[in-house]
Amino acid sequence: MALFLPRSASLSLLRMFATTALLGGLALSARAEDPLKAGFIYIGPTGDHGWTYAHDQGRKAAEAKFAGKVSTSFIENVPETADSERVIRDLAQKGTKVIFATSFGYMNQMEKVAKAYPNTVFMHATGYKTSKNMGTYDVRTYEGAYLLGVVAGKMSKTGKLGVVASIPIPEVIRNIDAFTIGARSVNPNITTRAIWVNSWFDPGKEREAALAMIAQGCDVLMQNTDSPAVVQAALEKGVMAFGWDSDMSKFGGKAHLAASVLNWSVIYETVLGDVLANKWKTTSYWWGVKEGAVNIEDFGPATPPEVKKLAEERRDAIKAGKLHPFSGPLKDQSGKELVAAGKTLDDGFLHGMNVYVEGVEGAIPK
Amino acid sequence: MMDHLTPILVGTLGAATPLVLAGLGELITERSGVMNLGVEGMMLIGAIAGFATAVGTDGSVILGLLGGVAAGVLAASAFAVLALSLAANQAACGLALTIFGVGLSAFIGQSYVSHSLAGLQPWAIPVLSDVPFVGPILFRQDPVVYLAFLLYVLVAWTLAHTKVGLLLRAVGESPEAAHAIGYPVLGIRWLATLTGGGFAGLAGAYLSIVYTPLWVQNMTAGRGWISVALVVFAAWKPTRLLLGACLFGGVTILQFHAQGLGLDVPVELLAALPYLATILVLVLISRDRNLLLLNLPASLSRPFLPGR
Repeated sequence: MALFLPRSASLSLLRMFATTALLGGLALSARAEDPLKAGFIYIGPTGDHGWTYAHDQGRKAAEAKFAGKVSTSFIENVPETADSERVIRDLAQKGTKVIFATSFGYMNQMEKVAKAYPNTVFMHATGYKTSKNMGTYDVRTYEGAYLLGVVAGKMSKTGKLGVVASIPIPEVIRNIDAFTIGARSVNPNITTRAIWVNSWFDPGKEREAALAMIAQGCDVLMQNTDSPAVVQAALEKGVMAFGWDSDMSKFGGKAHLAASVLNWSVIYETVLGDVLANKWKTTSYWWGVKEGAVNIEDFGPATPPEVKKLAEERRDAIKAGKLHPFSGPLKDQSGKELVAAGKTLDDGFLHGMNVYVEGVEGAIPK
Repeated sequence: MMDHLTPILVGTLGAATPLVLAGLGELITERSGVMNLGVEGMMLIGAIAGFATAVGTDGSVILGLLGGVAAGVLAASAFAVLALSLAANQAACGLALTIFGVGLSAFIGQSYVSHSLAGLQPWAIPVLSDVPFVGPILFRQDPVVYLAFLLYVLVAWTLAHTKVGLLLRAVGESPEAAHAIGYPVLGIRWLATLTGGGFAGLAGAYLSIVYTPLWVQNMTAGRGWISVALVVFAAWKPTRLLLGACLFGGVTILQFHAQGLGLDVPVELLAALPYLATILVLVLISRDRNLLLLNLPASLSRPFLPGR
């Protein structure tokens, strides 16, 4: 169709086309047999059993829901370098109408390509730049981290929790904070420390960081990295850990207390549904427990029923809007008040989170 | 202080083992005048083949490791056909092998992502493991760590003191001379390349079966490349390679412990520290130009076909 004509012609044709579509409402049905092409760009391999795996499950669910109307494709292991711009551009060039980029570092490259392809919908995960045809989406992973923290606070005997952290960006700092807040809500003496492996995906390093914290006395670990290596190291050393992004009980055995599971399909289905219905407009989705995008699941045998019940009650409270992990009174690491009683940190602050809350040890890498 | 030092040093040997194994293999290969840049690919192929073998044999670690070795040899033979028998460009063939290995291992590994193995318990060596401080660090490791150090001794001794070692070095120095006095240069290079592949396969299988007993794509995360670099920085000497690998592994673990203790140092600097420390030390001890020239296999990456 219009896309294959020279740029200037294609633009004016598209405008005409869009007007006809709005007036008559039948122009689109003429092309109904052509499925909408959606492309996904992944930072890791679909077999990482973590972040990318969860996105791919969401992609599959969305494709199944719109069977025949949407066809999807994905490219994995795309580095967050200039390379990603080429990959995004290539997808747009091939007529992909909706492109999802699933890592923070794709932001500037996607913004650039979005300018060049005004008729393609670009959706960038975990970023903050939007434009006429570029929206953002994210899940409130910190709600899951908070719920895991509640379980960790109940289960820890040493009172020391450890987080294997990836790269110091607000998202990860927020998760360390929420995990700590959750733990201290049931045991005010808990402290948390974090080790940064400076990579989203390196099972060897994730394991080494986990072992370091276990040696320093941490007995419940959480990880904001993408492989199950931490859970496995916990099992080996007889401490406890959680599944992150997806269920990791196969790797953690009795060490696996629970998992914070992400369900991206709710967002993918909404976006693709909107594009299909021709009503997409720039949106910044940030969905959590309430919308079904995050949940605590897959409790292990080591988690006592009352702890599981407590975590589920907290989850239901978040769902009902009665509980917010970052509600006051809340102090930062140095004891300075972050937010007063009765108030909550707003989304804007959370998006740029760059402080550790009370109970986290060590400094945020500058 | 001791309390903090012991876990760091205990972790060091484990972290160094894949680098020692893959590095020794590449050292043997390069000493024969062949530069195989496919170490990362051979490691990944060894990792998935070893993992699949272990899963298929109800978690047999030994068969798994052997499977990894076999797969590494097979992958190296593909390189040898192109780069040795057909005298194609060695750097290009090696890079192709790495790219191929990444893809092939991901493809085979698709159905193995949700499996987990039991791994391998450490072996405490009687008496020695009870020596204070040194015991837990050196003598309570998993068997593959011991194997890696035995292989180091074997390789170092073979290269320095045996006819086989002399022959290998002769082929690497001057294939024409070795050929002229009647040695099968191509055959020796083939063997050295296959040996290198076996070592790399073992290193990969160690990662997927013992170190982090699971399969995830790209799980070697660049360790093959680090091994290749270590060989060069170690001036093709096994002892320096061992030192470099332990230094790299040790500093990696050290910086994690430092972070856990709340040290306020930029994390990017800490992440770069293993590279910086290793390069610095190896460059310092190998800065003698004559020594470098003496050890650099003179025919490195130059193809040799008899009769040309």
